[in-house]
Amino acid sequence: MTAIEDTTLKLDPEEARRVRQERLERIGKWVLPLAIMVLAIWLWDRICVWNEIPQYILPRPGVVLQTLHNDAGLLFSSLLVTLRITFLSLLLAVFGGVGLAVLFAQSKWVEMSFFPFAIVLQVTPIVAIFPLINIYVNNQTVKLLLCAWIVAFFPILSNTTLGLNSVDRNLRDLFKLNGATRWQQLRYLRLPAAMPYFLGGLKIAGGLSLIGAVVAEFVAGAQGQSSGLASRIIEAGYRLNAPRLFAALILISLTGILIFLVLSLVSHLILRRWHESALKQER
Amino acid sequence: MIQEKVAKTRAASGEAPMLLSLRNVGKVFSNGVTALSQVDLAIREGDFLSLLGPSGCGKSTALRLIAGLSTPTSGQLDWRGSIDRSNIGFVFQEPTLLPWASVFDNVWLPLRLKGVSRAKAGPAVMEMLSRVHLTGFENAVPRELSGGMKMRVSIARAMVTKPRILLMDEPFAALDEITRFKLNNDLLELWQDERFTVVFVTHSVFESVFLSSRVVVMAARPGRVFGELRVDAPYPRDEAFRTSPDYAALCRQASDVLVNAINSTAGSHHDGH
Repeated sequence: MTAIEDTTLKLDPEEARRVRQERLERIGKWVLPLAIMVLAIWLWDRICVWNEIPQYILPRPGVVLQTLHNDAGLLFSSLLVTLRITFLSLLLAVFGGVGLAVLFAQSKWVEMSFFPFAIVLQVTPIVAIFPLINIYVNNQTVKLLLCAWIVAFFPILSNTTLGLNSVDRNLRDLFKLNGATRWQQLRYLRLPAAMPYFLGGLKIAGGLSLIGAVVAEFVAGAQGQSSGLASRIIEAGYRLNAPRLFAALILISLTGILIFLVLSLVSHLILRRWHESALKQER
Repeated sequence: MIQEKVAKTRAASGEAPMLLSLRNVGKVFSNGVTALSQVDLAIREGDFLSLLGPSGCGKSTALRLIAGLSTPTSGQLDWRGSIDRSNIGFVFQEPTLLPWASVFDNVWLPLRLKGVSRAKAGPAVMEMLSRVHLTGFENAVPRELSGGMKMRVSIARAMVTKPRILLMDEPFAALDEITRFKLNNDLLELWQDERFTVVFVTHSVFESVFLSSRVVVMAARPGRVFGELRVDAPYPRDEAFRTSPDYAALCRQASDVLVNAINSTAGSHHDGH
């Protein structure tokens, strides 16, 4: 990435056009999405005004913002509850997913035997499983955690398993030649090689653990057992309090985006020195 | 085929002691392909032996058998004295480095796997890096290096355990000519200083003649030893040797044997290959 900013350099028209193009793209990357977002919010506001839509059906953006401020105490304490479940379940998903992947990597037989169970857990809708969990598990937190975990652990398991099995054949031979033990091979070869795959899975799991937490709260909340953001949404829905509903929704979205950004940053920091995905485009 | 064993000057007595002999070695894969058939090969201490042949002649398979990465279907390999895997260095066609680890850590790896700590391995690793002209690059990661430098790291890693035999599987095939010549020279320099044994797989006549004291030509389908050429040109060999008439004549000889080896396969199989 040698952006030629130096104007003393004489550029032919083609190169000059490319430099201009690059500069435009750099600015557009930020400005364009922001402009569209602002436009969309403005349009939302206008639609409310033009059609005289009542606040309990579609509140104006200003009102939502106002609610977010007024109900901050209530909403943020609920957000904290949801976040706790989210992070705990993500943590469990990391340990569970990586642990199972390492176990699977020990032998093809183990993987063949147990992978179908993981798939069954993954493809069965959590909403359908929850009533069962509700019967078998008493503790509220454990209930929610279990739900969110089931949703989040699969991408980590499946990606890490793929990564552990994607080691270069020659490197494997090299370890064999040097008499590496199983543990050494795992520690020095397979785990580092699986890192990019694991981090890819982690990015997906981060979003999923939030979704899992909210869905679990929804199902639990319908029975009046939860105090997370989802229960705020249900409550607001019952009371036709649309502004609060929107405010809660925005909070969840922002949280999801934040989780994704943080995990992307973590992934970039870990891989930046060696992995293709984290390298800047070089020509 | 028999008259092709032209320059097979069998080991005269008084030579270096035998290191390894392959006796009637054969390898058949589970898919029915005969990769090697009745290979007899004697490798002496200090040999620089090239296995030269077309693709599919089993030269890489032979190397893997010697390395112990694969076992022969028939015949046997006799090592002189006791040899374990730490006496074998292996250089692959690709540099095959750990992309996440620094140059130092990559070279340290074989020692690390034997339980040698970073501090204890330090001097040996640094010495090896200086031998392959990579001093100052110990903290770089592989992607920051050129193809030739990566191969140097790979050679340093293979040599850091001071193996008695170095097995190289077309190590320079993917490099440009200028880099390849440089690495050829440096490898010879290393070999002359340490006098280990080298088995070098290649499909380049010029490379094999330049480097080796013995060129063993192999033929395909089934993979077998076809003939041998002794390269008696003295070491050290340098750029002057590369342009000498002697070198050209030897290359021609080796090339003739190789052509005959290839034709021997084409003659016995009219299968459109």
